[in-house]
Amino acid sequence: MSRRQNVHRTGLEGPPPEERLRPVGRRNSQGIRIDPEIEAEHEPRRTTISAYVNNEPGVLARVSGLFHRRQFNIESLTVGPTQNEGYSRITLVVEEPDPGIDQIKKQLSKIVPVVHVRELDSNPVASELVLLKVDGDEPDKVQAITEMYDGQTLDAGPRTITVQITGEEGKIDDAIDAYKQFGIREIARTGQAALARGEEETARVDERHT
Amino acid sequence: MSGEQAQSPPETETDTTPKEIETGADAVVRSLENAGVEHVFGVQGGAIMPVYDALYHSEMAHITMAHEQGAAHAADAYGTVTGDPGVCMATSGPGATNLVTGIADANMDSDPLVALTGQVPTEFVGNDAFQETDTVGVTSPVTKANFFADDPTSVGGDVGTAFALANRGRQGPTLVDLPKDVTNGETTDDPGAPELPDTYAPPEKADSDAVSEAATALARAEKPVILAGGGVIKAEASDELRAFATEHEIPVITTMPGTGSFPEDHELSLEIAGMHGTGYANMAITVTDCMLAVGTRFDDRLTGGVETFAPDAEIIHVDIDAAEISKNIEADHPLVGDAKVVLDQLADSMVGSPATESWVEQCQTWKSEYPMDYAAPDDEPVKPQYIVERFDELTDDDTIVTTGVGQHQMWAWQYWTWTKPRTWVTSHGLGTMGYGLPAAIGAKLAAPEQDVVCFDGDGSFLMTCQELSVAVRENLDITVVVLNNSAIGMVRQWQDAFFGERHMASEYPWIPDFDTLAEAFGARGFRIDTYDEVEEVIEAALGYDGPSVIDVHIDPGENVYPMVPSGGDNGLFALTEGQL
Ligand SMILES: Cc1ncc(C[n+]2csc(CCOP(=O)(O)OP(=O)(O)O)c2C)c(N)n1
Repeated sequence: MSRRQNVHRTGLEGPPPEERLRPVGRRNSQGIRIDPEIEAEHEPRRTTISAYVNNEPGVLARVSGLFHRRQFNIESLTVGPTQNEGYSRITLVVEEPDPGIDQIKKQLSKIVPVVHVRELDSNPVASELVLLKVDGDEPDKVQAITEMYDGQTLDAGPRTITVQITGEEGKIDDAIDAYKQFGIREIARTGQAALARGEEETARVDERHT
Repeated sequence: MSGEQAQSPPETETDTTPKEIETGADAVVRSLENAGVEHVFGVQGGAIMPVYDALYHSEMAHITMAHEQGAAHAADAYGTVTGDPGVCMATSGPGATNLVTGIADANMDSDPLVALTGQVPTEFVGNDAFQETDTVGVTSPVTKANFFADDPTSVGGDVGTAFALANRGRQGPTLVDLPKDVTNGETTDDPGAPELPDTYAPPEKADSDAVSEAATALARAEKPVILAGGGVIKAEASDELRAFATEHEIPVITTMPGTGSFPEDHELSLEIAGMHGTGYANMAITVTDCMLAVGTRFDDRLTGGVETFAPDAEIIHVDIDAAEISKNIEADHPLVGDAKVVLDQLADSMVGSPATESWVEQCQTWKSEYPMDYAAPDDEPVKPQYIVERFDELTDDDTIVTTGVGQHQMWAWQYWTWTKPRTWVTSHGLGTMGYGLPAAIGAKLAAPEQDVVCFDGDGSFLMTCQELSVAVRENLDITVVVLNNSAIGMVRQWQDAFFGERHMASEYPWIPDFDTLAEAFGARGFRIDTYDEVEEVIEAALGYDGPSVIDVHIDPGENVYPMVPSGGDNGLFALTEGQL
């Protein structure tokens, strides 16, 4: 029956907020129950995620849109075809706390043309390419550095020299540092491509997707 | 699907001799027929004309809406009521962009919906042609999947795939963009039944070890609760839920989308939780030590601040979407699978029941301490809660309620006694004003045997009231109840509480008389100003066979309580402004 006869809110008779039964625990901002002894938060870590995808228009837009929309912190994203026609591999380097990394993997897996997603272990086979255009005043010295980093000179003129270095990220960072002395005009980096080490497969894919 | 009983009159004379497939558009229409679609909601236009022409030869009913947003909401509600995707259709450019709000709404609520949009011919795509929009780009963040059709021979299959994806796994909206040359292009292939793409394999059963661990956790709990979300309804798992809760004597709380999944007249029901949920539900979720959360995404309107959400509880989270696990609230026992299947697995794995006698008693105490209640003195204007209660009492249990967004939505939610799934049709996640009337149209077409009542706000009703023309044309027996407070009340409530009572842009002193407006559309108009009129008017409106609108002039000062301020602590819900 309707309660129109009530003129007062009987609801007011329950204990007010400050007198109510309270829980003992708390969660942190990541929704994780905090052990009162050790109040830990997940720190961000850097990791490589590999996605094997159907090569159809819009996949990359969906992936990058996902990262933008969900505010994931992305360091690099590379994409290119695989040995299987119609399929591409996307390699993502991200820096996030563990719950964020889990979400990235799950959210990527939700995208319909994504076949398989995995996080590579801490030491994958990974490589990146960088092009550097430096001032050409000291060609010999530039050449020496390029050789030191197993690079190639792609273009040399009276005023600029452009070189290419490939390798894992630390090596590229070091090389860039070394070229700074000549005056770097421009840099183009591709971001990392990566595969799992040894016999281990980067993507678990059944025959339909090969 | 219950839509099978639908018998809306075709709005134009149609030639219903089945037509051979000659074009992409014929294949699109055949694909919908193959999927069992009976109603399509839409608005005509240049780029979609070939599909409409193909529809001319089909027995499917097309409901022409006044605005594409109405088409999307009607289709969304149709899908919510039947459980199968509703279909909406629009032309390119503005037609497609007008659908976007409705698509985004369906996306937030995981409602099954298929949107078909016309597109300029492929040779013009990318050239800023007349009425061109990158519809796939615009809708990509708010669809489960979307497709740009590029070939007349595969366009029927694209529509089938979109249909299957909208319907399976975690449901959601999908879209197919249909360039005019593709729908006009030649094909003779029947696309066949909808098929999922081979990269998509929604889980069914949860990992059995995880299930037994969860069962153990639940059995040893002292203060367990079940939190039932919209996923319970989508998975048709209400019976399993009730059997499980009853067998193990565990109190059940529903989220807003889960409303109706567990009958509120059941003694174990603590009804609804969250920002405007019941005090007792919010007490229980705050102090529980074990929560079985089924098919919920832990929206912030439910959780308040995550720090204070069920902080003592081990969380067992059942969801068909692995990405929901530990997204907002960390799950101790993730059970990824279909809610119906997983509840069965869990029931089989339970070894004994938790000892809940004193906990259930505690919950009953809270019920008597914090009943849903309001003051309604005779000498004050009519209270909205009273109107909702009277409608609840005067209509059948299976009455479908739709709403706009605002205070009226919360009163409808709080003061209706929900006993059946698929009867509460509202905009949960996106909170879209204007949802109520087009949703009522979709709901009535989906379930013509059930009463449909739309509780609307004056602000929300103004946003889509043009759809009354459709309700009149289709002669749909729906009752719109405008809880009229001459304000966008929910905003004003927040201004009262958090913005020093500065009513910036929240008062509507210029609203029309909604009863007269209804009559102008050809509907019946009624008005209520005093308690004495309530009974008679409700009966007249319900008795009228066709659309009616009741303009109820409610107490403009009435606010919604209980209330948890956003990001606040559910256990500290306020019963008055003074407690905020
Ligand atoms: C499309 C849209 N615009 C704005 C809002 C923000 N908003 C939320 S509730 C509300 C007030 C709704 O007013 P009304 O429909 O009259 O309902 P009442 O709160 O008065 O019951 C507004 C403006 C919204 N939810 N949706």
